[in-house]
Amino acid sequence: MVEKESPYKKYLREERLPHIFCPGCGNGTVMSTFFKGLEGTDIDFENIAMVSGIGCSSRIPGYAKCDSLHTTHGRALSFATGLKVGNPDLDVVVFTGDGDAASIGGNHLIHAARRNINLTVICINNNIYGMTGGQISPTSPKGSFGTTAPYGSRDKPFNLAELVSAAGASYVARWTTTHPLQLSKAIQKGLENEGFSFIEVVSQCPTYYGRKNKMKTPLQMFEWIKENSINKRRAEKMEESELEGKIIVGEFANKPHAALTDNIKTLAEENSDKPLAIKSAFEELD
Amino acid sequence: MVEERFVQGNEACALGAIAANCRFFAGYPITPSTEIAEQMSILLPKYGGSFVQMEDEIGSAGAIIGASWSGMKAMTATSGPGISLMQENIGYGFITETPIVIINVQRGSPSTGQPTMSAQADMMQVRWGSHGDYEPIALAPSSVQEFFDFTIKAFNLAEEYRVPVTVLADEVVGHMREKLIIPDKVDIVARKRPEKVNGQYLPFDAPEDGTTPMPAFGDGFNIHVTGLTHDERGYPDTNDPDTHNELVERLCNKVLMRRKDICSVKKENCDDADIVIVSCGSPYCSVGAAMKKAREEGIKVGSLKIDTPWPFPEEEIAEIAKTASDIIVPEMNLGQLVHEVERAAHGEANVHLIGKIGGILHKPDEIYDKIKEING
Repeated sequence: MVEKESPYKKYLREERLPHIFCPGCGNGTVMSTFFKGLEGTDIDFENIAMVSGIGCSSRIPGYAKCDSLHTTHGRALSFATGLKVGNPDLDVVVFTGDGDAASIGGNHLIHAARRNINLTVICINNNIYGMTGGQISPTSPKGSFGTTAPYGSRDKPFNLAELVSAAGASYVARWTTTHPLQLSKAIQKGLENEGFSFIEVVSQCPTYYGRKNKMKTPLQMFEWIKENSINKRRAEKMEESELEGKIIVGEFANKPHAALTDNIKTLAEENSDKPLAIKSAFEELD
Repeated sequence: MVEERFVQGNEACALGAIAANCRFFAGYPITPSTEIAEQMSILLPKYGGSFVQMEDEIGSAGAIIGASWSGMKAMTATSGPGISLMQENIGYGFITETPIVIINVQRGSPSTGQPTMSAQADMMQVRWGSHGDYEPIALAPSSVQEFFDFTIKAFNLAEEYRVPVTVLADEVVGHMREKLIIPDKVDIVARKRPEKVNGQYLPFDAPEDGTTPMPAFGDGFNIHVTGLTHDERGYPDTNDPDTHNELVERLCNKVLMRRKDICSVKKENCDDADIVIVSCGSPYCSVGAAMKKAREEGIKVGSLKIDTPWPFPEEEIAEIAKTASDIIVPEMNLGQLVHEVERAAHGEANVHLIGKIGGILHKPDEIYDKIKEING
């Protein structure tokens, strides 16, 4: 077999490889689709800053050759808010997961969406806590198993794309690791959107979700995701009962409006004769 | 031009932050610190700065750390319950060596406690509140002028030592009104930008007792910053005991080894004193009158005011304990800093606590009565 080198290797901190992701993990697909989406935009990779919280998905920025801030569990969006408001010229991308963004970080998620702060959030939803060994998450489907749901989850899962759309995000899409083309297009649109962009990627965790839910191989998980995905346009014509356990994919919001950073800049321009302050820490005052 | 104003402590704090070139504030409303956020929301747009009201204090602490890495001098202000919520991210600030300033206007505690009343409830929480080993820097103002001056000093220390610095104020200092003198020029420590050596820059490669220059995100250094134990490149290395030892010991040593440069106390009448009143923050307001009254009666009383509860001025307390027979510690709690005073005194002087809770500052006579009691 001829090994083909990834065209995106140039974006990686090669000295940090091999990575810690399990065989069959969806994170690699998400990274590739991200770089593909990025190359579709005018954004210079050198201008990207990545922020993440805690969890498997949050380890992605550590492998990318750009400024990266690996923060505390659930709080990536608040750190990213400071980074972006502090220097609106940066293109700030947040990598997060279902536990990080929707459970411990839920409050930051809805408020970042409400403010429409100009960030691109890639939320890798694998329906489980991978880093800690397979506990149930706020997006785990009803009836699915985890180490803390030994009798099957009884809770109704969050619909993240709907939640973030309702909170005010200007661009929201959900795709899966089985839709790499659509996903990279959505990431491209998200990066280009001047506001809060949320791209949910339903992904496979064969190590924990698969093993606990009778899908031991990555391929079985892939097939499960593919078979259960329904395009949003089709889903709109279906009954709620028919949609239980289905993954609705497509665009959930695309309604550009004023972003937080623009509002802050305008406020400063209206009240000051100085330009918006950036990098104030380095200034020597006389 | 030197400007004189009659302002509230919390307003002086905001003016100090602006003078220190703080151009980013993130915060969440909480009594009795809210006026600082309000003032910053008024002032920052006039100076081209950015103000964000966050969804909670956890987010506020995260936002100022993010802003610091964007290259800004950044601050938040809160009180006990907010400080409790911020602790995890403050620990992140220590391990990532992020300069930030946290204003804590203390109130009656525990829990929701007494929102509008004063206390020195968090003297130890600021020292030990986040998990793990670290050495914090804290400054405790006792006047409106000091709230202004110490806020500027907090920004300077944060930059010099690359640590989160707390201004440990309290409701009395936050809400009292006094004359404030704003000098036309204040000394500011600017952040040092690193240089690449042989095309390389190691963001966490610092000398044993120091720090290394810190770039802003976007400066082209492509650095990785993580709360995990990391090597000099900033890359996680969580299983090697040596990496952890070296990192955490350096984080502590950069403050401990230069403690003498950071510690600040104000001594009055200590040379011949038999009894020394050791105070920190607001209780100092009542020390002068008690000392004067006792001196008039021929009792040799001195005062040592601690400006920097952390790092604790151990040598200064040890020195006092050698010459005085008794030390009185008035605190607006049931005894926090007094344990540090006892530890530093090494049993060489008797240490007496005047612990007071409920929200009202010690009256001079409460200190005077203790002096009389000791004097017999």
